[in-house]
Amino acid sequence: MTRSAIELPVNADDRRIARLAAWAIGLTLAEAAIPSPLPGVKPGLANIVILLVLLQHGWRAAAWVSALRVLAGGLLFGSLFAPGFWLSAAGACSSLLVLALVRYLPRSHFGPVSLSVLAAFGHIGGQLALAGWWLLPGVALIKLLPVFAAAALVFGAVNGIIVARVLAAPASDRRQSGPCLLP
Amino acid sequence: MSVLRIGDIGVLLAGSSLVAGLTMWAWGGDRGDAAIIRAAGQVVETASLTHAQTFTVNGPLGITRVEIQPGRARIARDPSPRQLCVKQGWLTQSGQAALCLPNQVSLEIRGRDRAYDTLGY
Repeated sequence: MTRSAIELPVNADDRRIARLAAWAIGLTLAEAAIPSPLPGVKPGLANIVILLVLLQHGWRAAAWVSALRVLAGGLLFGSLFAPGFWLSAAGACSSLLVLALVRYLPRSHFGPVSLSVLAAFGHIGGQLALAGWWLLPGVALIKLLPVFAAAALVFGAVNGIIVARVLAAPASDRRQSGPCLLP
Repeated sequence: MSVLRIGDIGVLLAGSSLVAGLTMWAWGGDRGDAAIIRAAGQVVETASLTHAQTFTVNGPLGITRVEIQPGRARIARDPSPRQLCVKQGWLTQSGQAALCLPNQVSLEIRGRDRAYDTLGY
């Protein structure tokens, strides 16, 4: 038997990013089961994971987890490189860009709720920008703006509160079966 | 540290005012959402201002072209000698109207509530 010539060394960081991305992908799949009145109005539960990764492991790790989530989500939904995939990617990119800026806000005054709400606005902003420019040019998306913005505000705040509570919980509460820590 | 910090409350308030501002801007009664086209006093077309489309209307002098884009409408071409209705440009507000009297064609914008019977310049 010939041995494979390609060896990909896997370090602890890779494993951690893969584990966190699996959490994000799982939440993405779970929330796809939640009925939504309007395509695009979703709780964005995966953003909880992205935010926790950002706060605990830095922006690079968050970007990796986010990219893996979008890619694997596309594969699992069968929408890879379809319009929905690009909308998802645009939202993820713009919310990461927003997070890259707002993570420098002073932590003493701006907690996870701020980051989450601002990232949620960035997310829907990126999606609507792509939708308005590419998918539905000429259709009056303006009329839907308030709905999307209100959803971003509410879900962003709720996700941020969840992140704050997870971070505040003692480490023993976060232990899963085995040594695998929640993100 | 507490869940909500002072900056968080600021961000939430700013977000709420953004949502409120967007709601007023997008759903305000002043912006029209339908265009009514009349020829010789009769309504020939009632079009919603949601997507781009064009209509051609026949009058005594020739063809008037009405162009509709999301949120606005205008007379794009008209055979009238002074081109007054064409020069009015885009109409967005409920109650605004462009009258092409020589060709007996008019374009009027309607919203949900009519703040004015008509707006003329």
